Formats: sequence, structure tokens, C-alpha cells
Amino acid sequence: MSANISTMNGSSGGLRQRFAAFRDGYPHFFVLGLMVGVMLLLALVPYRTVAGPWLQAGEEVPALLQLFRLGFTTWFTLTVSGMAMGLMIFIMSSGMTLTFGLMSVLNLGHGGFISFGAFCGATVVAYLSHWGGSGSLMLTTGVLILAFFYAMLITGALGIFFERVVIRPVYGDHLKQILVTIGGAIILMELIHVIWGPTDLPVPRPDLLRGAVIFHDGVPLIGGAAIEIYRLMAVVVGLILYALMQLTISRTKVGVLIRAGVESTEMVEVQGYRIRMLFLAVFVVGSALAGLGGAMWGMYEQIVNAHMGEHLMIMVIVVIITGGLGSITGCFYAAILVGLINLYVGYLEPRLAGIATVGLMVAVLMWRPQGLIPVLRH
Amino acid sequence: MAESLLSLTDLHANIGQYHILHGVNLEVPRGELTVLLGRNGAGKSTTLRTIMGLTQVSRGTVRFKGEDITGAATPGIARRGIAFVPEGMGIFQLLSVRENMELAAASGPIDPQRLEWVFELFPPMKQFWDKDAGNLSGGQKQMLAIARAIIEPRELLLIDEPTKGLAPSIINDLRDAFIDLKDQEATILLVEQNFNFARALGQSVAVMDDGAVVHAGQMAALAEDEALQQELLGLSLGAHQ
Repeated sequence: MSANISTMNGSSGGLRQRFAAFRDGYPHFFVLGLMVGVMLLLALVPYRTVAGPWLQAGEEVPALLQLFRLGFTTWFTLTVSGMAMGLMIFIMSSGMTLTFGLMSVLNLGHGGFISFGAFCGATVVAYLSHWGGSGSLMLTTGVLILAFFYAMLITGALGIFFERVVIRPVYGDHLKQILVTIGGAIILMELIHVIWGPTDLPVPRPDLLRGAVIFHDGVPLIGGAAIEIYRLMAVVVGLILYALMQLTISRTKVGVLIRAGVESTEMVEVQGYRIRMLFLAVFVVGSALAGLGGAMWGMYEQIVNAHMGEHLMIMVIVVIITGGLGSITGCFYAAILVGLINLYVGYLEPRLAGIATVGLMVAVLMWRPQGLIPVLRH
Repeated sequence: MAESLLSLTDLHANIGQYHILHGVNLEVPRGELTVLLGRNGAGKSTTLRTIMGLTQVSRGTVRFKGEDITGAATPGIARRGIAFVPEGMGIFQLLSVRENMELAAASGPIDPQRLEWVFELFPPMKQFWDKDAGNLSGGQKQMLAIARAIIEPRELLLIDEPTKGLAPSIINDLRDAFIDLKDQEATILLVEQNFNFARALGQSVAVMDDGAVVHAGQMAALAEDEALQQELLGLSLGAHQ
């Protein structure tokens, strides 16, 4: 009976219900859709239509309406660039969110690994600059693989040391973790100064990754749009990594163990698994991913310094909190949201770009205090 | 009486500043179902957790198959063949029934024949095989918790209050499953408050009070002795029947 009444309410009620179900069931798609949708609206509605009356009267067009100057090609460029930035931040953040989800460890030393990875990557790229300058696709790929692999190897190895020496004594105590991992981050930064010196290090990006892809004017909608090659590469690498992580977590036994450990570490041990080894493995992979993210970011900025990790940590923390601590999927979408909002707001009103990132987190948390995709914890 | 598979000698344990176990002495005979009775707060659950290595032993010894396992790490104790179903079941709600079972089969892939046997004991497990365990009903969750404990052959099952909060018809299903397990000569240490359930299943019994075992013997003897029941458990079943 009640079902009949609700269907008789008419389509508007049903639609509203369906919208609410979508909003609460897929909060990440909802926020992403909202953000991209608003920008798409600004891009697709012609400026002349909106501002027509003011233009005809020869008066100044109100500031808000001027946002409609955004064209579709610009929207396209901003969106792809935002995704590139977001995916690099995702790579850096994924390790930290897993570390927190599985072990409830707040590792504020994560930024140190980002910086360290950036310097390791920069070292390889500088050392092999003649490969990068050769313009050969094979050698360029070789430089990239070696640089990323080296960054991951060194930060992964540092991760083993860090987990054993810094983290292990403070499991279960957040306050001590915060203090001791910040200390660890300072040591990592000083270590960078000792090894590479106190000055910034330029990163010569390989020739093939310089410049942009420019779409031919004849291409509908996006003709004339220019996308940096490096950003396209970042998008591809980020999406591949996300797919690999999702596969690992949903399909492999290690993935099942990680998801089980997020719920109850004790019950994982009761099944006969040594959770400490899993902790260590996840921490090492997380550190290596921070290193990889740092190396990619360094090549993107074409300069690295010991404090870059510290600055990036603000975005990393916003991402893991917005996404829901412990959730890889949440982390992925939150990182893309942060990347997009940085580029969008940076274009529309550059002075607000910094605030927008934190504003996004505040808005999401006011709506969903546990983040976009919360992970159940007992 | 059969030889002891597990024996606890003068076991003491603390949780924080509280001294919970005050010298527990307990023998669990091989191939029998032993019921651990006692009022709330007597230390039954803590005894199981201490055997499993989840609560630290402050004094005394735990021997399993004659080997001293006091202070061993939980995963090592589990790998020796002891399965534990805690109070509240401890199933992984975000994992599917299949994933819960696959994790429990720690030594390799699930043996299909054994799985068929588990499905016969607990048909809902087959029905909800690929569903999230969090969506199961309370009784089904309890079935999953026990199914997980028996998916591989174990030497000893430690089960904490499986009937808690379950409807009578489901308790009957569980009892049938336990009878089947008993027929397979599994060794079980079962913590239980429901005396009817305990009496129907138990061969040996131990009663705890205030962190120590105050009575140990055959269930049949306790079931007949109403005066002793009154003294140990504060209940008289005769009055209810």
C-alpha cells in the first residue's frame, strides 16, 4: 500500500528520491559531477547570450557573469591538467591513507618520502640527461622507468628503516606518532641537504616530454586546445596505478588481508596471519608510492627542493581526509577533485586557488563528516 | 577421562590494572566438548582470549599437546591448530562470505569436500556465498563465524557464547551443527550461558567464578545434581520444566 502511495506521488517526488539516493550512494560521483558540471555550464553557454543586455547598453558586465567567458577548449585543457595534478597527488596520498586505514598510524613523515623520491628521480634524470636529450622514444622511456624505479627503491628501503625504528615503538598512540614522525620528516629533509646540498636542483625534463599536444583546429569542440605531453603521461601513469591498486585490493589474497585488517587487526591474527608483516609491506609500498609521486612531481615542476614534500603534504592531508581515511577509492576521487578545483579556481579567480582546496574539504566534511567514502571501523 | 589436549595451570591475566584471572586450572580432554559456565564477569571470555594469546599471561602456563605455548604470538597459536570464535563473532563485515572463508583457510585453497560439508551444516553460507558478510542476519553471521573456524581441520575450537542474542530456532540449528562436530570427535571448548544448550552438548564441564575454576567434572553429573547447580550457577532447571 505504502509503495503505491509513493509511486502515485508523481514523477517529481520519485526523481527527487532517486537523486537523493544517487547523492548518498555515490557521493564521489556527485561532487565530481557537480564541479565538472558547473564548469561545463560556464563553458558551453555562450558569453554573448548571458552578457548581451549589458554589452548592448555599453555597460560593464557584472563580475559573476564574466565567468561565462570560459570557452570549451579552455575547459578541456583545465580538466585534463587538473586530472594530471590530481593523479600525481593520488599517487602520493594512496600510501598514507592505507597506512592510516590499516594500522591507524598517522605518518606525518610522509612528506619526507615525497621530497626524497623527487631528489632520487632528479638525480637519475640529470645523470642520464644525454638519454633524455636524444629524442629517442626508447631512451626517454628508459630514463623515466629508471628514475621512477630508483625513487621507489630508495624510498621503499627508507620505509623499512622508518617503520622499524620510528613507527614501531609508537603503534597505538597518535600523539606520539605525530611528534615522532614529524621528527622523522625533519631528519629526512636534513639528509637531503647533506646528500644533495642546500640548493634547489633543476630537473631537465626529457625532450620528448616537453611541449604540448595541440589539437587540430578542425577537431570539433576541442580544436586548438593544447595539452602538455607530460600531463598526459601523468594521467596515464596515475590511471594505470589506480587500476593496479584496485585489482590488488579486490582480487588478491593480500588485498583481502588488507581489507580485513582495516576492520580488525586482531581477527586477522586469529586466522593465523602475522599482521606485523602486512603492516611493514603496506608501509614500504606506501613509502615507495610517495617517492614515485615525488619523482613525478619534481619532473613536472622541473625543479626540486627539500621542502616540496612539506608543501605537498597540505594537499595530501586534504585528500585523505576528504576521501575518507583508509579508502583508496575515496583517495582517488578526492585527489582528482583537489586537482580540478585548483586548476578551475586558479583560472577563474587565481587569488582563491589556495583557499579552494581547503574549502572543498570543509564543504565535504560538513556534509559527510567521515569523508566521501568512509571505511567501517569497529 | 581422555588425555588432555589443552591444560591451563595457575593462569593469571590482567587487563590494564584489573586482575581478571586468578589462577585458572583447566583440562580440556581430547575429542570432547567441554563447556565453560559461569556468571557474567567470571573470566570465561578472558580465559579464551588468554589461550589465544590476545590477552597477556602474567603468571602460569598454557600447554597445548604437551607443548608450552604461554606467551606465543596469536598467529603462531592459530597455526598450531586452534580456532577462535570470539564473542561478537569477529567476522569481517566488508568482506564477502567467500572472502571470509578464504582467509580462514590460511594454509591454502579451500578443500572442496570440506566446503560441501560446511554447506550441509550451514546452508545459508552457500546461498550468500558472494554477498557481503555485513548483510547477513545475526544467526547467519554466527554460522559464518563457526563455518570459518571449521573450514580447515583444527585440533581445538574455542567458541565464545554462540547462542547470544539468537532466536530459539537458530539455536536449534546451531546445536545440530555442534552435535555433528562432536560426532567427528572435534575437541571444543565452549563458553556458554544458556544452560539448556550447554547441557545438551557438553561432555565435560567447568564452572568459573571470580577468575578461577570452582568446579570441574562430567556434565552428566552436574545435570543431575540440582543442588550443585543451585550452588554454582544460581539456577534450578527443575523449576522451569
